Amino acid sequence: MQIIERENLTALFESLKKHGYEIVGPTVRDEVVIYDTLNAVEDLPKGWTDEQEKGIYRLKKRDDEALFGYVLSPHTWKKFLYPPKVKLWEAKRQEKSFTITEPQGDGPKYAFLGVRACELAAIAMQDKIFLEGAHIDPIYKERREKSLIIAVNCGQAAKTCFCPSMNSGPKVTSGFDLALTEVCTPYHHYFVVETGTAKGKDVLKDLSLHPAEESAKESARQVVKNAEDQIERTLKTEGLKENLQANAEHPRWNDVADRCLSCANCTMVCPTCFCSTVEDVTDLTGDHAERWRLWDSCFTMDFSHIHGGNIRSSTKGRYRQWMTHKLASWVDQFGVSGCTGCGRCITWCPVGIDITEEVAVIQKQE
Amino acid sequence: MSKKPKLAVYKFASCDGCQLSLLDCEDELLAIAGEVEIANFPEASRAVQEGPYDVTLVEGSVTTPHDAERIKEVRQQSKVLITIGACATAGGIQALRNFSDVKEFTSIVYAKPQYISTLATSTPISDHVPVDFELRGCPVNKYQLIELICAYLNGRKPNIPTYSVCVECKRRMTPCVAVSKGEMCLGPVTQAGCGALCPAYTRGCYGCFGPNETPNTSALSEWWTEHGRDKAELVRAFRGFNAWAEPFRKESERHE
Ligand code: SF4
Ligand code: SF4
Ligand code: SF4
Repeated sequence: MQIIERENLTALFESLKKHGYEIVGPTVRDEVVIYDTLNAVEDLPKGWTDEQEKGIYRLKKRDDEALFGYVLSPHTWKKFLYPPKVKLWEAKRQEKSFTITEPQGDGPKYAFLGVRACELAAIAMQDKIFLEGAHIDPIYKERREKSLIIAVNCGQAAKTCFCPSMNSGPKVTSGFDLALTEVCTPYHHYFVVETGTAKGKDVLKDLSLHPAEESAKESARQVVKNAEDQIERTLKTEGLKENLQANAEHPRWNDVADRCLSCANCTMVCPTCFCSTVEDVTDLTGDHAERWRLWDSCFTMDFSHIHGGNIRSSTKGRYRQWMTHKLASWVDQFGVSGCTGCGRCITWCPVGIDITEEVAVIQKQE
Repeated sequence: MSKKPKLAVYKFASCDGCQLSLLDCEDELLAIAGEVEIANFPEASRAVQEGPYDVTLVEGSVTTPHDAERIKEVRQQSKVLITIGACATAGGIQALRNFSDVKEFTSIVYAKPQYISTLATSTPISDHVPVDFELRGCPVNKYQLIELICAYLNGRKPNIPTYSVCVECKRRMTPCVAVSKGEMCLGPVTQAGCGALCPAYTRGCYGCFGPNETPNTSALSEWWTEHGRDKAELVRAFRGFNAWAEPFRKESERHE
């Protein structure tokens, strides 16, 4: 482990740029930490943190100048790896035939800065979905292979976090090229750096680092411990899959359906949700057509509309589908749970529906 | 297509905003004019051809006895009748009269109210004649309008989603103003189509595109009430451009 001083972080930015990376990471926009292109260290959310509860998010000032002192953004890295709107191909009519052209590769080469432990877990899950099996997603693959992941350990947790229940955090353990822990005290502000891959090591080459002494390592451990201690929410995973699958007619599904707006926010903010739809568009003459892929959600009616009608016409059916897929049939499908415990669906539900609360009720009276 | 389809545009009680969206298509307007024969569109051209028309766009609601008759003639002249905008589709902002006594309004507004011939209500076109497609919005979104015309010309289903504004809001990565600022946002119960314009400018959605496919308005009201909003605010939220659309109407009446 090594140390990079706060003042030298600019050198990391420069090195990343020199290696051809577009740096994306946290920045404040409209009183929310979002993920976007970062030009300089100054773009980071210095001195900001966030408070989160069911259906509520508020940006707050910290009493220090930490750069990664927020918990979690409503944005997820899937925004970059699996963009919400992407053109798949276009076709042009020529005399009696037509030609199809696919947009040529050369997608962006991202350096993701500030990836949390639960987000590494989410990327690993989406890797399974998009990169394994018979159908590999070329858009995801290209972006993923080119990207560099710089994880940053959590030093605080939100009331909505429950990563320990899902075994995904708060400590960063694998799946990164570099991992940082920010130590911010009144007299010393630095980052403890852990190298995960050769690719990560490469961008550190020209930086002035010094080895981390035991005291720095201990401070870094304390940072993560602080986050750990703040986590209140839990989700009992033992026997969960069987429990949910055996309770398709539990009265709680009706209860949650009364509250759920079927607005799709939970799926859009979830870092593992991966459903999409395709939309074909033509111009007025019909000589030019395009196919676009858009994020979709199991909460929309069209999603489950098949020949002859809608197979999930009630909100009860849609909420149940979402939650049981995430926590139960995902295991059948991919061998792991589809939830990382990031809590985004709890915070960003406009009526504060809480997946952990719903699960607990269903678990209680089997 | 050997013969170009004939297009007509009719106006009822409205502000002209939706017709202007069509004129606002600028670049595309020439292309549209190349593919359809604009046979009757007084806002754009004085040359008027007689019906019947292949496609008729109707803007505005029915507020007078005269218009209640006129819409029937328009329907008779139209193979496909498409309403454009909140007025034609839900009665518009002028449907606020439906919640009050219109005679009282006319007596205050007009010097000689006895010359005013108006109905007690403002109602959508579909209350009077069968409608083939309703394009939402106050005003309509010009890209949706072009998409609709494109789809018609190419004989395909238009990509006009009925899900919530939230889907569009999240796809454009706008941080939710309801959650991050406590704004009263109608997005979760409103149909997409505007591209989630207001949240992108840190305002709550005003519901211009009317109720979405599954509008759980009561759950949203309940959340607002729990978070300190009073009845007057709830009534005002649901009583906007689509006040007379049934889910919004019922919800506002519940809190009166
Ligand atoms: S659980 Fe919440 S965010 Fe998800 S669809 Fe229902 S109301 Fe929307
Ligand atoms: S289901 Fe909710 S808590 Fe779990 S990963 Fe998705 S957004 Fe996060
Ligand atoms: S700002 Fe409004 S439209 Fe956007 S996600 Fe939030 S509730 Fe939905």
